[in-house]
Amino acid sequence: MDHAIEPALQHLPGTHMDISAEAAENGWQRLAAEDVQGGLALWRLGLTLGWLDIKLRYRGSVLGPFWLTISTAVWIGAMGTLYAALFHTDLHGYLPFLALSLVLWTALSGVVSDACNTFLQSENLIRSMRMPYFLHAIRVVVRNVISLAHNIPVILVVFWLFGSWPGRHALWVFPALLIWSVDAFATCLLLGALCARFRDIPPIVGSVMQIAFFTTPIMWRPEQLGGHGWWLPLNPFNALLDVARQPLLGISPGPAMWAAALGYSAVFCLGTWMLFARVRGRIAFWM
Amino acid sequence: MAFVLAQDISVDFPLYHGNHRSLKKTVFAAASGRLGRDGHQRPVVQALRDINFTLRTGDRLGLIGTNGAGKTTMLRTLAGIYEPVRGRVEVDGSLNALLDTQLGMNPDLTGRENIMLRGMYNKFSHRQIRQLEEDVQDFAELGDFLDLPVRLYSSGMVIRLGFGLATAVNPQVLLMDEWFMAGDARFLAKAMARMESVVRGAEILVLSSHQVAAVSSWCTRVIWMDQGRIREDGPADEVLAAYLRAQDDGPEAAPAGKQSVLG
Repeated sequence: MDHAIEPALQHLPGTHMDISAEAAENGWQRLAAEDVQGGLALWRLGLTLGWLDIKLRYRGSVLGPFWLTISTAVWIGAMGTLYAALFHTDLHGYLPFLALSLVLWTALSGVVSDACNTFLQSENLIRSMRMPYFLHAIRVVVRNVISLAHNIPVILVVFWLFGSWPGRHALWVFPALLIWSVDAFATCLLLGALCARFRDIPPIVGSVMQIAFFTTPIMWRPEQLGGHGWWLPLNPFNALLDVARQPLLGISPGPAMWAAALGYSAVFCLGTWMLFARVRGRIAFWM
Repeated sequence: MAFVLAQDISVDFPLYHGNHRSLKKTVFAAASGRLGRDGHQRPVVQALRDINFTLRTGDRLGLIGTNGAGKTTMLRTLAGIYEPVRGRVEVDGSLNALLDTQLGMNPDLTGRENIMLRGMYNKFSHRQIRQLEEDVQDFAELGDFLDLPVRLYSSGMVIRLGFGLATAVNPQVLLMDEWFMAGDARFLAKAMARMESVVRGAEILVLSSHQVAAVSSWCTRVIWMDQGRIREDGPADEVLAAYLRAQDDGPEAAPAGKQSVLG
């Protein structure tokens, strides 16, 4: 007998599935928690999906994702020289600041715009098998982390060129990145669900991020505002950016900045949770 | 012991066209106090209504009905993809749902990568994934195409890959849409042999089809779906005979099309 038609079958692990409208009504938070748990249990699949997305994006290109590295380097070089002249500051102090700001902002706004496709992009998967929705968030976060990693060499080169190594304060970047990743997962769940339901959200998100780019100290330093910067603490992006950027500039962000970053993140994650948990069961119908 | 329970299931499909997709329209509707009414007036397709049945080990259920009768929605609900607005679905035992030939495959990835992803979804070890790869490779006869993106495949090749992948694992509960009947004759003979071994291995089968022949050869029990409801439920030959009679009596007896279930 032909080998191919013999039952070479592998057994699937046994599972128990119990979905009821009543449980969804009363235990919606528990179900959402199970979704996150189930997504984490499939972390290997999430990692692979994210990795394959990057591989696909650059399939057939000679330099692959290092195009990212090059374009960031060119961007920072050009902007750095131009703005140092515009602001009449010296390149030596300005460029490390600008390089860090731009790399971090690219990562942040990258997650935000990518998050809009979290569920829409996985429409095929969502409609063909039961899967934790959190898995798709993992996929988006993973591919954005990989993108960010490709910009690290640019930062290192700038540090080396300007001799601006940050010292031991740099370690504070790790708790900051932890806050960033939790926020990134939340962003994927929130914008993923909203954009699946309302198809006109992505352009809104795009313009909000564009305004945020100019109202957040990325190209300019907060000191340059002088007495006009009273509104800066109201900008959540400012706190988030600062807790990750200051350590790498060799400065400790200080408790107020940490409190602001944690506070904004907590409110954001809580709001996201309430919304995601509420609509989780409906997402498949929005595809 | 596998077990499937469908209890008072109702599934509604919101119809989002034009205005309902737009945030702007929704916000303005809310601002002018029309949201509540809008919420109730939003058109929905009543895809499933008051579905009740229980399946135990050994049951081979066929879902029959015209296009739009709710067969595929029923399978998706049993698979846990759509969560019902009322009622309860319980499935005890490993489950595999063969809903379409694409099986959630990413057309830009190679066949091999798609197989790997499927294995990871099933939480297979590296060794099991390699075994899965070999098994599908043997069955689908794709040769070097396995390392090319799936979008370059002919439709027959996609079906062979999807079918091979779907039938390479042995679930206790097998949910199957009728797509597996597609393919060329040589493939069909081979597919049937393989399908038989999967169906034999499964404890519970739910097969959806509008082809009476397929259902009568695979199933022992048949549910006749009509406009999202169970019209008849019983032994395969009785229900199929009633279904055929109704079909012969003309379209009034067995109305077709999703339009008729617009609520």
